[in-house]
Amino acid sequence: MSGVNARIPSSSQTVGPYFRIGLDCMIERTPVITLETPGMIAIEGRVLDQYGEPVPDAMLEFWSAGTDSAATDTDSAQASFPVGFRRVATGSGGEFSVIIEGSSAPAPDRERNQAQHFMVMVFARGLLRQLLTRVYLGNPPGIEADPVLSQVPEERRATLIAAADEQHENVFHWNVKLQGTDETVFFAW
Amino acid sequence: MSDPAMVELSAPGTQPDYHFPPYASTIARSPRMPLVLLPKTRTESTGPVFGHGFIREGDNDLTVQGESSPIGERIIVHGRVVDEDGRPVRGALIEVWQANAAGRYRHKVDSYDAPLDPNFMGGGRMLTDDQGRYWFKSIKPGPYPWGNHHNAWRPSHIHFSFFGSGILSRLVTQMYFPGDPLQPLDPIFNSIPDEAARERLVSRLDMDRSESNYLLAYSWDIVLRGKNDTPFEEGH
Repeated sequence: MSGVNARIPSSSQTVGPYFRIGLDCMIERTPVITLETPGMIAIEGRVLDQYGEPVPDAMLEFWSAGTDSAATDTDSAQASFPVGFRRVATGSGGEFSVIIEGSSAPAPDRERNQAQHFMVMVFARGLLRQLLTRVYLGNPPGIEADPVLSQVPEERRATLIAAADEQHENVFHWNVKLQGTDETVFFAW
Repeated sequence: MSDPAMVELSAPGTQPDYHFPPYASTIARSPRMPLVLLPKTRTESTGPVFGHGFIREGDNDLTVQGESSPIGERIIVHGRVVDEDGRPVRGALIEVWQANAAGRYRHKVDSYDAPLDPNFMGGGRMLTDDQGRYWFKSIKPGPYPWGNHHNAWRPSHIHFSFFGSGILSRLVTQMYFPGDPLQPLDPIFNSIPDEAARERLVSRLDMDRSESNYLLAYSWDIVLRGKNDTPFEEGH
């Protein structure tokens, strides 16, 4: 808890079905990067509901703290976009694809031996508050000792691990299952 | 006592549960397995920061996005964004979106037959200033029907998205208007168990900021989770 002046954080409400009116702008203003840019990786997959049906109106936000370089506050739109952050929205089949700085694994000595990962927030109609999860890329070194993954029951850990593509070493596949069989691990907060 | 090494949980009743059947869309989309406690690492203690270059002139005026003024009650919405200790959150990115005055969204899946307004797009964004203040100009959105249950109507509201200090400050919510009789009937509004927390999502009519013969002002303050609500130790 915070100090004597502690205030209670404001309550969450669903992003609803029409969020793209206000939130697509960020996607449009994201600096254009491709997989050819050194250090970039892609994560591709689908967001699925209880029945395995696609969720065509979800939004995912990816965050990786490893780059240690917040956006510099300049007039340049490119420089004003934070490194290590991306927002994507799902398409009609629940599919998403994100290209993000992948070389941002946190330094092990500062990070209690965390394996390379991204925090992921999931927003959608029907989610009254965003879901919090993580995605680990393939089977990175140190994954056995990762302090977050070791909190997760062993039989559920696979839901947080993106599979490396068979052809492209910097492409990974990962689905978000909101409920039911192979439900993704979500964190309490 | 909470464990300082773990991400803190919200105060009971102040955040909605994921599974809330009166809001039918939660049923197939809310997790049922236990949520897992999350150790607090640098990932959780840091977050994206957006620079001023991300914002363009006019981004905080939803009344100038067409060829002429949109139809509706012209308003400004303003307020302060503070953290849990009451300190201003500076440079916080705020994004907003809303229905037009007739209760219609400019979105392909909105099938309500209220008219679109050619002069109203319905989205905007801004950064808070050094005192954590924000403001934007718009028109008051109308209520609209939705398919949740028979004769279901959403109260007038504006959607807000915030980025504060640290990724866990991330908040998406809705601002409501004072005196709206649809609020007590709305399952989304009522998904917040704590009445005081719910009422904090209702803005206040602010005649001091209203402008004679021009517009009404609504004031709405926000509290975001602090960056370091529990100390984070960087190794030993």
